[in-house]
Amino acid sequence: MAKLLRGRRSTVTPPAPPPRRDVGLWLVVTAALTLAPHAAYLPPWIAALCTALLIWRTAALLRQHRSLPAAILLLMAVGAGFAVRQHFGHFFGQEPGVALLALLLCLKLFELRTLRDVRVAVMLSFFLQLGLFFDNETLPVAALALAGALCALACLVAAEDAHSHTRERLRTAGVLLAQSLPLMAVLFLLFPRIPAPLWGLPADANSASSGLSDAMSPGSISSLGLSEEIAFRVEFLGAVPEPRLRYWRGPVLTEFDGRTWRPIARPTRDQPGYQLTGPRIDYRMTLEPHGQRWLLALDFPGADLAQVRYTPEFQAVLRAPLRDRTQFALTAHPGARVGLQDGGPLLEAALQLPPGNARSRALARELAGDTPNAERTIARTLDYLRGGHFLYTLEPPLLKQDFIDEFLFDTRQGYCEHFSAAFVFLLRAAGVPARVVAGYQGGELNPFDGTLIVRQSDAHAWAEAWIADKGWVRVDPTAAVAPSRISGESAARSATGGALPLMMQTRLDWLRQLRLRWEAVSHGWDLWVLGYNSERQADLLRRLGLSQTDWTVLAGVGSLAGLAFFALLFIWAQWRSNPADALDRAWGRFCGKLAKAGVPRHPFEGPLDYCTRAGAARPAERERIDRISRTYARLRYGRDCPPDQLRALQHDIDSLRIK
Amino acid sequence: MPRFTPARIRARVEHWLFRIGAPEQAPIRLGQRRIYVLPTPAGLVFAAALVTMLIASINYGLSLGYMLAFLLASAGITSIVHAFRNLLHLEIAPARATPVFCGEAAEFRLRINNARAERRPALRLRARGANTAFDAAAASATEIVLACRTTRRGLLELGRTVLETTWPLGLIRAWSVFVPDIDCIVYPAPEHHPPPLPAEGAGNEGGTRSSIRGDDDFAGLRPTQPSDSPRHIAWKSLARGGPMLTKQFSASTGGAHVFDWAALPPALEDEARLSRLTAWILAADAAGRPFSLRLPGAEIDIGRGPGHVHACCRLLALHGQVRVDHG
Repeated sequence: MAKLLRGRRSTVTPPAPPPRRDVGLWLVVTAALTLAPHAAYLPPWIAALCTALLIWRTAALLRQHRSLPAAILLLMAVGAGFAVRQHFGHFFGQEPGVALLALLLCLKLFELRTLRDVRVAVMLSFFLQLGLFFDNETLPVAALALAGALCALACLVAAEDAHSHTRERLRTAGVLLAQSLPLMAVLFLLFPRIPAPLWGLPADANSASSGLSDAMSPGSISSLGLSEEIAFRVEFLGAVPEPRLRYWRGPVLTEFDGRTWRPIARPTRDQPGYQLTGPRIDYRMTLEPHGQRWLLALDFPGADLAQVRYTPEFQAVLRAPLRDRTQFALTAHPGARVGLQDGGPLLEAALQLPPGNARSRALARELAGDTPNAERTIARTLDYLRGGHFLYTLEPPLLKQDFIDEFLFDTRQGYCEHFSAAFVFLLRAAGVPARVVAGYQGGELNPFDGTLIVRQSDAHAWAEAWIADKGWVRVDPTAAVAPSRISGESAARSATGGALPLMMQTRLDWLRQLRLRWEAVSHGWDLWVLGYNSERQADLLRRLGLSQTDWTVLAGVGSLAGLAFFALLFIWAQWRSNPADALDRAWGRFCGKLAKAGVPRHPFEGPLDYCTRAGAARPAERERIDRISRTYARLRYGRDCPPDQLRALQHDIDSLRIK
Repeated sequence: MPRFTPARIRARVEHWLFRIGAPEQAPIRLGQRRIYVLPTPAGLVFAAALVTMLIASINYGLSLGYMLAFLLASAGITSIVHAFRNLLHLEIAPARATPVFCGEAAEFRLRINNARAERRPALRLRARGANTAFDAAAASATEIVLACRTTRRGLLELGRTVLETTWPLGLIRAWSVFVPDIDCIVYPAPEHHPPPLPAEGAGNEGGTRSSIRGDDDFAGLRPTQPSDSPRHIAWKSLARGGPMLTKQFSASTGGAHVFDWAALPPALEDEARLSRLTAWILAADAAGRPFSLRLPGAEIDIGRGPGHVHACCRLLALHGQVRVDHG
């Protein structure tokens, strides 16, 4: 009674405690994981500011400092908004949006007073993880985003459940994510894909693109950067063509002003202007977005290809610049004869030369001889290049004036651009119509998935000359000087003087293998995850036997699959942990053991009667049988069934051996 | 009484929706049919955020954006099952509730039995405006105390009780409603400054000593009996190594107090009378004096000690109450 009197003023409802320090630390880790991949894309001052804020916050948390006052935080947030506006000049769009979110997340970490603040910070992290994909959708970034999401979910778990350990929280979040994967897959595959943007994309979408340029000025740069970025990948449906056939045609450069080679804009047609003869190569090309219209098809593209138009220069082009990674099913006819009927302005353009380069002109006249013959001129020009002590190098000296003269007579060092330009110049000067073709040559065959990988470093330039009765013929002057460049032995390139990236050096063969293996994986990723669009979705559904694929069908199939999955989860929740059943199962095992020993239980026998009979039949185990049966009876028919006693009984039964 | 007050309608709806009936015989087992699941406000905000993410993914054609949005949505949906499972097959058994005085918190004790070999985190028990957060340890029973405010004397039933959880993500709330069979006796609040105890009534040893005042009028020692108040034990003599003796006071040997409802001033209201009687009982108990209690229609004979006090207070608590309070 005295105790009751003393406790008269006990508090009834304690106020909800503020989120604890560990939740704050969890959030800092989540924010760091989320923001780290952004660092490469954010303006440096924002990345630095975020880092500083995160470090400051961590220190404050470790020293158990209190949160900053709300007024100061608000001031900082407004300041951040102004700074971002100042930096980008506008407020709406993905870049300022991501920058602002990053700053807000860092500031939010200073204000964790209630559970709500924690949730807001977690939502901000989710948005930022999505924002990551604007810039980079590769597998490693996806893995980082997944790790960030896992951490963010663990934050929510930590906020809910104060008494759990780090590992337990991660486990809960992990289990949750693992169980979510099937449903995610269903949604991913069946959610109706809308091909076009919902509204006009801001100008900054798809800003990053690299690749071939449509102008070529050999000699104006002193070294050629060998980017190992992938330009496109090709899967051949039949045999892989020999390296000497692997010419991927890009822009055709006809116009020459003494310095720069440029294409001439010509009207495109629906069908190619040549006869498709000879063997045919079928292949699928996955082209990285390069922001241009050229398709880089293998010479010479077949007719009736979807989305493809044809230039008079045998180039396959798209109707619109390529903004997304896209796959094309293409054919090629390497043996086709092209340009037999060409004449007039086309050939005139291929003969046009600006003034200058007198020495080269003289050389050309000499090579052509007295009675001009295109084929002989070509052969002699090639011979000249082959025998002229030319050096193939990726780091040639700069050329100042009369580029062709300087290259042919003074420096004699260069790469494909120099050789093709000089070669075309000599032919034109000798009266043979010729032009430069830019594109890619070769490619690396990945043994792990059989795809041919063509990188930016495979960019190449070669020449085409027109011969009466033969049409346009491809001539690769670089091959005359550096045959290994063309034969597909990329390793041989290191001998020509250019420094090769670490990954491409033969010494580190295992590293190259690793890289190829990785690229096989990432090709699958690009194809099946990133490249999954409305067409692939329709394709998949067709293969599943659903020919009609409007969104109602999708929604129906999706809900069915979702429901089935949810039912499975629900069954999982119900299953296990039914102590009554566990008791019955244990008893069943016990009866089974006794039955094996020759004392089966009669259906009408209660546990105590049964144990009396069984104990009499097996006196050696009598005591144990007695104990088990009594415990069972007590648990089964008593008021409650404490789990520890149930476990003891289970253990007792399972360790029972009856001889 | 008006027939359709909001409280009554709400009670009716709940009764129908959650099948709340009379207090349930122990133990209450939370089966699948009595666990309800709905999103929390945070869950709705989460859903809205996911829709935004999905729209951004569609607009910018972010395949991975779809994936992230779907993954998080699936995690939210999966957390329904986890929240549900966090309550599934829990057993609630009423333990006990010690009597309290009105104004004190009534402590209802419930035993939550978790048969599963896993901890069930972040559970919350709510009833009568009180609220306790706890974890149910793996494969064991946990005793939970719900401290409820008391505002009136009588028999306080715990009534409609909610066991809920928003574990694991706080996006989904799973709950169950039940009425455990547990009640607490709330004694009347003792009067703060009661008048002095009434004069002792006629004792069995004559009225001569009734004029002798003073509780500390030491009258000698006698062997201790189990019913003796500890404060009267002669600790000093015990410490000296003597036998356990009880100090006897002259007053305590005298006549007992009679606390009579009818003897109180007529102007006093019923509840005030009960409060005063309670205060007197406590005072008499503190002084170690015997007393008897007379209420209209009930009477408790002279006695002393905790059992006697409890019986008297209980009688006061339930005075005039036919049926229990259904709050």
